[in-house]
Amino acid sequence: MGYPILNVLIFLPLAGAVVVMAIPAARADLARYIGVGFAVVELGFVVDLVVQFKTVAGFQFVSNHSWISAFGISWHLGVDGISLFLVAMTALLFPIAMAGPRVASNPRSFMGWMLVLEAGCIATFVAMDLFVFFVMFEVTLVPGYFVIAGWGGLRRNYAAFKFFIYTFAGSAFLFVGILSVWFLVGRRTGHNSFDLITITRTASHLPLVDQKLILLAFVAAFAVKIPLVPFHTWLPDAYTEAPTAGSMVIAGILFKLGAYGILRFGVFIFPTAAIDLAPLLLTLAAIGIIYGAVVATVQRDFKRLVAYGSVADVGFIVLGVFAFTSQGITGGVLEMVNHGLTTGAMFFLVGMIWERRRTLRISELGGLQKSAPVMAGVFVLVIMAAIGLPGLNGFVGEFLVLVGTFITHRWWAVVGAVGVILAAVYLLWAFQRVFQGPARGANATMADMTWRERGAIAPLLVGIVFLGVYPAPVLNRITPSVSNLLAHVHSVDPHFKIPPSGTTKVVYAVPANQAVDGALTGAAR
Amino acid sequence: MVLGLLGGPCTVAPSGATVANFCDTPGSLHIPVAYFSIAPVLILAGGSLVVLTVAAVLPKRSRPGLWAFLTAAIGGAAAVVSAFNWADISTRGPRATIGGQIIYDHFTVLFELLIASATVLGALLSDSYLQREGLDGPEAYVLMLLCGSGGMLMAASGGLVMLFLGLEILSISLYVMSAYHRRRLESGEAGLKYFILGSFSSAIFLYGAALVYGATGSTQFGEIGRFLATNTIANNGILLAGMALLIVGLGFKVAAVPFHFWTPDVYQGAPTPFTGYMAAVAKAAGFAGLLRVLLEALPTQEVNWRPAIWVIAVLTLLVGSVLAIVQSDLKRMLAYSSISQAGYVLIGLQAASKQGTAGALFYLLTYTFIILGSFAVVGLIQGEGEARNDLGAVRGLSKRRPALALTMLLFLLAQAGVPFTSGFLAKFYVIAAAVQRGQYALAVIGMLAAAIAAFFYLRVALLMYVAPGDGSAAETAADTSLVAGLAPAAGTDGSGADGHVAGGAVAGGDEADGGVTGGVAAGGRRVATLEAPPATKVTIPFTVGITLAVCAAFTIFAGVSSPVLDFARHANMLF
Repeated sequence: MGYPILNVLIFLPLAGAVVVMAIPAARADLARYIGVGFAVVELGFVVDLVVQFKTVAGFQFVSNHSWISAFGISWHLGVDGISLFLVAMTALLFPIAMAGPRVASNPRSFMGWMLVLEAGCIATFVAMDLFVFFVMFEVTLVPGYFVIAGWGGLRRNYAAFKFFIYTFAGSAFLFVGILSVWFLVGRRTGHNSFDLITITRTASHLPLVDQKLILLAFVAAFAVKIPLVPFHTWLPDAYTEAPTAGSMVIAGILFKLGAYGILRFGVFIFPTAAIDLAPLLLTLAAIGIIYGAVVATVQRDFKRLVAYGSVADVGFIVLGVFAFTSQGITGGVLEMVNHGLTTGAMFFLVGMIWERRRTLRISELGGLQKSAPVMAGVFVLVIMAAIGLPGLNGFVGEFLVLVGTFITHRWWAVVGAVGVILAAVYLLWAFQRVFQGPARGANATMADMTWRERGAIAPLLVGIVFLGVYPAPVLNRITPSVSNLLAHVHSVDPHFKIPPSGTTKVVYAVPANQAVDGALTGAAR
Repeated sequence: MVLGLLGGPCTVAPSGATVANFCDTPGSLHIPVAYFSIAPVLILAGGSLVVLTVAAVLPKRSRPGLWAFLTAAIGGAAAVVSAFNWADISTRGPRATIGGQIIYDHFTVLFELLIASATVLGALLSDSYLQREGLDGPEAYVLMLLCGSGGMLMAASGGLVMLFLGLEILSISLYVMSAYHRRRLESGEAGLKYFILGSFSSAIFLYGAALVYGATGSTQFGEIGRFLATNTIANNGILLAGMALLIVGLGFKVAAVPFHFWTPDVYQGAPTPFTGYMAAVAKAAGFAGLLRVLLEALPTQEVNWRPAIWVIAVLTLLVGSVLAIVQSDLKRMLAYSSISQAGYVLIGLQAASKQGTAGALFYLLTYTFIILGSFAVVGLIQGEGEARNDLGAVRGLSKRRPALALTMLLFLLAQAGVPFTSGFLAKFYVIAAAVQRGQYALAVIGMLAAAIAAFFYLRVALLMYVAPGDGSAAETAADTSLVAGLAPAAGTDGSGADGHVAGGAVAGGDEADGGVTGGVAAGGRRVATLEAPPATKVTIPFTVGITLAVCAAFTIFAGVSSPVLDFARHANMLF
């Protein structure tokens, strides 16, 4: 209590990276334990963050320091219901990814890059300054690149290059978009600032054409990162070639940066333009759901199948966000968390098969449930969560998304529902081919999950079941922020009808009676 | 007439009070010299004489380290004095001195500091290189000091005549420096090429200066600006032609496309530390001249020159970054990279605003340290006689020298514009300036060029982190297909000196490693070897180590904090 928790969350992994790199080469194995140790301590701090978080709208734990004053750049951090669980999921997934799969060589660099990546991801989620956001968004590319290129599969260099260049090119538009809104808002208010709140308050008064163009620039960048369908071609390569731990965090967290960015920096800043653009994005999302599922069905490589499945899942998130209903956006945010858990677990399991069998061609696998019953059981659970079986987390998210979309955009919801069925098709069919049937050759003798792996994946399974059975604690924290966002949309665009139960007052930042560290002081500051 | 050509501020006192004390008797031919205001130039020029004198007096020529030490001390002294100059200007204001020929303002001092620092670092780098190559002697350092003084004069120039004087001092020193490596054929070729093309560009510049003088009646920037502000020239063809020629002449020095053809050959051939010095100083001085000419003398012609600079900037960005991709030689690659970096400075210049100028200055300031650091690393790993300049020389560097690889990685990421390096803030600054002038298209092009450029910076980074023997066929095949996909857009290498032809003509079953560079073998004359160099340990001499540390520290410092940024922001011009 009373400490700058968000700064700790950002700088602790960085400190960990320095410590890990400083370990002498002779004791390089220590890096595994120290690296994971830092990630676990980080998780502890995040638990504290979640516990202290108040179920109110607006940003909490705000920390604001001037950084480069000439441009109005400040080190402005804060967390609200939308970002809270993304931070939590990041902190949960990283130690698992670092501890679970085996790293073949050079653990010092690996742990170092992973910790840098963790710091970058968390900083992106809590940034309240557009400059800080962009910087962190970009910086995650470097460790991401090195994790893929350093420890990936056979075509790792190609995949890493593609990953970096595609996203970097997309960021070009984001960069110019951010600078444009910074400049236009600065001209209007009289002083330049990258502050999210300042910009949000003013940006909606800009000419609608400007708003749309800037939003399009943002969308171009985030669509590459998410990725929406025409911009997705880097994804299967990056996911497939990355090492298991890399796939887990890249699929689980890195692409959430795009989805989160589109919600926080697209919809929040330019609500009117976002409503106008919604049909386009909803269509792309719907195409993505169907396309991803269909292409996943015909994949021969198991990891590629999971990667294309990700393309489909992402469609649901975008669908929910651009439905512009409380349920849809809440569902979208929850889907981000869900997808982190299920995809993380799925890539982990696929990685285990790769470690044991050294092949992921579906035709060469088969009957694994005889030799590895525990793995098969875990896999069923994860698949069911991904399909959206009631009682598991995927159901809650997809249901909210589909309900929310149905209210405003009926036919897109129909397409989404078809996607749910297709997901069942490709996942169950894959399970059938890989785990059932007769086991031949090495498949019959494959080792089951070790206790280390069971321990590592357990938190993900707990999360999957918990969110499915009792999502209320999570939803209670997300909903106020989502209502706040919708209230903002309404305040900007009076034609927009707020769905029932939304608050009508926009809480931009910290409530008046709340100290910047999140404590409710009672006295106005 | 002579007086008129030199500007003759004694009869026409420009802008009243700022030059009050310098002309006691109106009409007098006596021009008082404010020595303090040009002290850094004098120190460098005088220092070169000192070095020569010491060399003549001392009995034995070979004294390892002495010349570098002397030069660094002289450069350091110049830097210290320019810091005093800065403080002096802060308190007493900028002014024109020495008959208006020298402009004494923060802009000048920033370049003096930049060039003085580059001289110190360049001298430190040259020491071990020249000893290794058996070329040690005072001459190189004398040239370096003279070159620096020429660059400073260009930045300080108050008129076209002084600008040309500085340009020639700078250029002639650089011609000789490029050809300094006597036993390398490429070095001689570079010197000759640079000399011939450089002479042309000097002539073009001079012709432009003459035309501008003819159109406006003065060679002084301030006078030209005032004349054009108060008079409308009915037929401005001569002025426009003069302006175009001035841009061409200076564009040659900063290696802007399409005046860049000398750059790859000269960068490749010149001795490595001199290349770094040239990249830093000649570019900075050339841009100082461009900024002075366009923003001080011709601000009223903005509507005419901004489109021209726009086109040049776009060409420079795209040609620089695309052609860099197909290079197999490290120094050539850095040459194209420096071309594309010039494009960003041009974006700042094109904005023609205070923001843009400050951005351009910040860019040049940060780039100086990045490029000197990069060439320092290249100088270390190339081995004796510049044996290995190809990309393969960096292969497995992280195994042999982890710290060196990390430093190089920093410089590469900074050039690519990754956040938390000075390169990112520099790009941010100029792009912001472009956006503020409503140049969204240019801003997007600039950032997309950065994405293209990231490709070849990353390729070097990747090679450094690939184990020396790790050339598995599958991995390089992947590289091949990627490069083959990108290379057809690249066209052919402009100079064609090595017969490098880019294209999709990558023979699939080519040597495994050759694939990485994307079919350089098409010319049939030279296949790039990307084999790792023999596993000898790279030794880092003390002087180079210091240079690298300084450059790396500056690159990070300027990337995460604002003092350097504020410094550039305050370096506005007098007029």
